[in-house]
Order: sequence, then C-alpha cells, then structure tokens
Amino acid sequence: MVSFELSEEQRMIRDTVAAFATDEVRPAARAADESGAIPAELIAKSWDLGLVRGALPESAGGYGDARSAVTGALIFEELAFGDLAIAMHALAPRLIAYPVLEYGTEEQHTGILKKFATDQFAAGACAIVEPRFDFDPLAMETTAALDGASYVLNGAKCFVPLAAESETILVCAATDGGAGAGAFLVPRATPGLGIGERERNMGLKALATYEVKLENCRIDENARLGGAKGVNFTRLLAQHRVALAAMAVGVARAAYEYAKAYARERKAFGVPIATKQAIAFMLAEMAIEVDASRLLVWEAASRLDKGEDALKESYQARNYSAQAALAVADNAVQTLGGHGYIREHPVELFLRNARGFAAFEGLATV
Amino acid sequence: MIDFEFEPQVINQTRMYHTVAERMMRPISREYDEREHEHPWDFWRAMWTASRNLGPAADSGKTEQAGDGAPKLRNLYTCLSTEELCWGDAGLYLSIPNPGLGGAAVSAAGTPEQKARFLKRFAEGEPKWGAMAITEPGCGSDSAAVTTTATRDGDHWAINGTKIFCTAGQMSAEKSEGFVVVWATVDRSAGRAGIKPFVVEHNTPGMTVARVENKLGIRASDTAMIVFDNCRVPADHLLGSAEVKPTGGFKDVMATFDATRPIVAAMAIGVGRAALDFVRDYLAEQKVPVRYGVSPRRLTAVERDFMEMEAHLKAARLLTWRAAWMLDMGMRNNLEASMAKAKAGRAVTLITQKAVELLGPVGYSRKVLLEKWMRDAKINDIFEGTQQINLMIIARRILDYSSKELN
Repeated sequence: MVSFELSEEQRMIRDTVAAFATDEVRPAARAADESGAIPAELIAKSWDLGLVRGALPESAGGYGDARSAVTGALIFEELAFGDLAIAMHALAPRLIAYPVLEYGTEEQHTGILKKFATDQFAAGACAIVEPRFDFDPLAMETTAALDGASYVLNGAKCFVPLAAESETILVCAATDGGAGAGAFLVPRATPGLGIGERERNMGLKALATYEVKLENCRIDENARLGGAKGVNFTRLLAQHRVALAAMAVGVARAAYEYAKAYARERKAFGVPIATKQAIAFMLAEMAIEVDASRLLVWEAASRLDKGEDALKESYQARNYSAQAALAVADNAVQTLGGHGYIREHPVELFLRNARGFAAFEGLATV
Repeated sequence: MIDFEFEPQVINQTRMYHTVAERMMRPISREYDEREHEHPWDFWRAMWTASRNLGPAADSGKTEQAGDGAPKLRNLYTCLSTEELCWGDAGLYLSIPNPGLGGAAVSAAGTPEQKARFLKRFAEGEPKWGAMAITEPGCGSDSAAVTTTATRDGDHWAINGTKIFCTAGQMSAEKSEGFVVVWATVDRSAGRAGIKPFVVEHNTPGMTVARVENKLGIRASDTAMIVFDNCRVPADHLLGSAEVKPTGGFKDVMATFDATRPIVAAMAIGVGRAALDFVRDYLAEQKVPVRYGVSPRRLTAVERDFMEMEAHLKAARLLTWRAAWMLDMGMRNNLEASMAKAKAGRAVTLITQKAVELLGPVGYSRKVLLEKWMRDAKINDIFEGTQQINLMIIARRILDYSSKELN
C-alpha cells in the first residue's frame, strides 16, 4: 500500500547520519575543498557509523543489516547535505563491496567482502566514466575481451575515486565485442593498469579522482564480477544513479537551507530580505524542487528494493535531481548576492558541486 | 515503509475510470469545447447513475477506517480517479453533477444535522450540482476582502452582493435542485472572522445568474456570475456557528482548500498526461525514438524535451500523492498541498505548451485535442489559489512567517 513514511529504523539511520553531517562534515567542508584533503579522523568517524560495513554479512565480519536502496538514498542525501566530496570519499568502499555482495560469486564474496568489514576505512573504487563528452555507460569504449582463461582490458577511464589507494578497482567495460557490458575486479597492481595524475575538477576538490588507463591489462577470467554470467549491468547502473540522485538532493537541500537561513537574517531596506516576495518565492520554488527530486529518488529506489527494473526511473531521478540541484544552488548564490560569490559562504561550493552531476557516473552506489 | 504501489483493487478501479474517460468523455470532448454553454445531459445522467456504483468522482473527506483498521486512503484514491477523468476531459469532469466545492464547504463547516440535510439530495433523484461562491469582481486571491453582506432579518439572513467565477454556478443555482454556498460577511469590522458561509437553495428569490463566462478552456464547465439582491435564506442555512470569533468560519474555507488542492493538482496531471500520451504515441508512429538510459549528450532535442516533460509530470504526481496521503493519515498537509498545486499547475501549463510546439502544425490544429488540452491546462495555474498564492503559502510555512510578515 502506498506510503510516504519511513520505517522507524530508517528514521533512526537518517537522524544519525544527519547529525554527523551537520556537526562534523559541514564544518570540515570548506577546509577540505581548499586543501584538497579530507582529515583522516573524519573519514574514520564516518566509517564507525557502519554505513558500509553494516550491510555486509556477519559471516564476512559485517553486521548483516538488511540492504535497501531507499535506506541508501537516505544516507547519501544526508551525508551529501554535509559535503558532497566528503560523502563520496566516505562511501566509496560501497562501490566495490555492494556490487560484490549482490552480484559476486562465492569466491568473490570470500575474497573481497572481508576487506571491507574492517575496523579501519578501506578504500574502494569504481571506473565507469570515460573521458569524452558523450560518454554513454551503455556503449562503453573500454573493452574486455576473453582470451583463453583471462580477460584483456583496453581503454581509458576518468573520475575514478580513490584509485591510487584502492587495493582493487571495479572496472566497467563493454564485453562480447560491444554487445554486452560487465564489471571486472582489477587489482591495482595489475600490469597494464596505469593510474594518472590526480584530476583537478571544478568541484569535488576534496575528493581524489584519477584517470585510469588500461593497456592490454590481463586479468583472470574469475575476476569478472558474477563469474561467467556477469552482472545485471542496467541494474548496477540504476543503483549508481539512485545514489547520485540522492546526493544531488542533499546538495540541493544544503543550498536551499543555507539560503533560507541567510534570507531570514539579512536585512535590506530595514527588513529581512525573506519578507520580499522576490526572495520568498524563489525559496518556495527551491523547497518544491528539493521535495520533488527526493520523491523521484525514493520511487526509483523503492523499485530497486522490489527487484523491479529501474533503468528509466533511476535515469529520470538522476537527470531531474541533477538539474534541480543546479537550479537550487544557483538560486542560493543569487539569494546571497555578492556574498554568495565569495568563498566565505558555502553556496558557491554547492554550485560547483551541483554542476558535476551532469558528468558524474559511478561515483556512488546504493 | 516507503511504497508507491497500489493494491490490485485500486488499480482495477482506476482502470474503470479510465474506461469512462476513454469511452464517454473523449468522444464528446471536442463537441462541448466548441459548443460552449451547451449541456451534455446524456453524459451527466450516465455519470449521475454511475456515481452510485463508483462513488462520487470528486469528493474529499477525512480518514476512514477500513475493516482491518488500516486507514483507507480516500483522498489519494480520489487523486487517481480525478487524474483518469481529466485525462478524458477536464471541462467535462468539472461539469459532472456532484456536491462540488459547495458540498466540500458544507462538509467542512456544517453541523452534522446540516450535512445530512443539505447533502442527502446527492444520493437520490435527478442530477444535481453544488457550487461555492467566494470570489467577487473586486476580490479574488484576497478572499478575506469579500464585500457581500448578510444581514439578520428576523429568522432569516438577507444576502447582498455579487459573486463571480462560480464553477457549476448556473447548474447549481438555476438548472437543478442544487445549492450555492455563498461566503458573506456578517460584520465587516470583524474582518475574516465575520465571513460566514450560507447555503442558498436553487431558485431562491433574489439570487440570479447574471452571466455565464466565455473561457479560454474547460468550456464544458459553466462559470457563473451570481448576483444576490436581498436574497433571504432561513437562519439555519448559515453553516456552523453564527458567532463572530477569531477561529472557525473563514478558517474552515481554508481547510477546504487543503483537501481540494491535491485533487486540483490531480486534475492538472490528468490533462498533462493526456498531452504526453498523445505526443508519445505520435512520436512512436513517426518512428522517433525516446531512448532512456543513454548519455544525455546523445539525445535529440525532441527526446530531451519529452523526457523532461515526463519527469516533471511524475514529480508533480508524486508531490500530489504525498499531499493527499498526508490528509488521509490525518496529518496537516497545508504546505504539501500547496507544493503539489503550485508544481502541478505550472508543470502542466508548460508541458501542454511544449507538446503543441513539439508537434508543430499537427499540434496547433483543432483536428486533434492537443491545443484544447493546452487551453484547459492553464486554468490549473489559476484556480484554487493561483501559482503565486500557493508560493506565498509555501513561503510563509517554510520561513515561519505570518501573513502580516510576508504579504
């Protein structure tokens, strides 16, 4: 039956992450953006919340919590509300752990999951995006060709988070001569896998992302996620997109709430600017778009939880919330005027981060 | 738990409404758009009879408990049926004989005895309508500024003033055994608190339909100007209490809007979906693909436009369902109802305009209904609180401002 109510457990998780995002993540956001580094203690603290380890099975050292895309969406929204780059870094281990959990063979479960069920943060990375304007995850140029008992990977990837510190990188590539798509667990030290300089982006400056080159990178055939039958790639993609969409909601809400608070304080002509319709209506529209985006995200997530196809819904949610985040962040800068343009306030950071959602792919997964 | 799936019996019921829309509304849609002020009696009679079986098409109310104790999502389900019927034709939908907004006002403000007395008629006899008269030539969105007066005269009230934009006003006041709920002030010095609702029975002397408007769209629905000239109604036709106090009275009409705004949003969504379905079918016929999942940079302009329209319609629908669901759950939904209404009204206005643009000469031609839906859609950006009034309500709520602080 239709319901818009979170379960008690979901509310608890959301509130916990929200408190962490507000008290710990947001205060660290500006310094992280300026320096390009996230304090290790902050990542350690977020790791202790169990947002990655929680859903891993007890047999592998996890807590065996139920895995839900809706719950994931809540976590991503809240943490991204604190800061997008920090959220992506903190949750990057999911990029390997969760696909392995869902699609992996028994051997892959045994080999990989325990590496993420540790007391210390373990980096994870996924390589999907390719450095070209019309990159399409359903028509990748990176290829994986079966050659005897191994796959040979060739191509170039970018926007690979934490590539330099991840033991294994999940590389997505076209298979069967372009007819299919798969994901491959590639150890970082594999010959033929080259990690480039750390990328320099408009936003996400605190998140270490890299170009990754694959030149005749040969891996064992058992390294294909899901074994010979591979993965449900459109589902994997939908899981990524729902996570990204949820993060876009978080960024939008961060910008909206900051602008709202500012508009109540800032006076012009002797009154708070929020009492002027020009500002008040802009805030009202921002509020609508934040809620609208979130509902689209929840709908797509709820389909994933029911095991239904969510390619279209996740795509819709991703595109809609990406556009909404950009518009809301832009309006937030506009609300603050000149003060929004200087780096003293976070809204310019929200705007730079929001713009990225048009390019991001594979930076998060529910 | 978050869930967007309806039970099979709800889906079946929705299909039934869709069949009504497809078989009974679409075939006469163009006819009653072109022949404004003509009356589709066959359709009305059929709907009047059918409402015995289907339940009233446009209704609002409080939470009802089903047998198993689970709340019955009556407002939410009404959104579904409304979307289907407005997918058929929004003007015809608004013209369906039912208690309408007048009935909603009786439900919101009347005593149990008054509800029974005034609403009983909708379960029997010939088709009847109920209307609400609040807007005046000199006040629309500022509905608290009504100048129509009600003066006590023995055991009657004498009503004087002019009301405009009464949906189904003519059918309620003159052409059926219905009624009009008119909002009038019993004490102008008391402001909002002095504004009270009165039930004026059809053909009461002193009540005249002075004009039926010619409109851009929703032409099958009559929009009346009603003049009250010393119109005397019995004292017990004042809904609720005659006492002038700061709470109650006018506040009840606002409460009515919390219930009706999601339904009006659902109306908008029905019209928007009609346009979107038409464009989808047309593109498919022309072998123009709409590819979901591929890089946005590889899409054609038509694909992008279409996907954007579809996403905005869905966003509006989810906001609408949430607002209705909250009402069903007994939650205050004032903010969410306005969000749904503001989003749906705007989205559907833009969607239908874009739909006409996408199909070029085909869309602009009156051979197909697309241009009509664009004209019909626009009303959703205006009635039941304009876009701007809803933004105002939202802004006050999110900023925690009173109407004095933000106006």
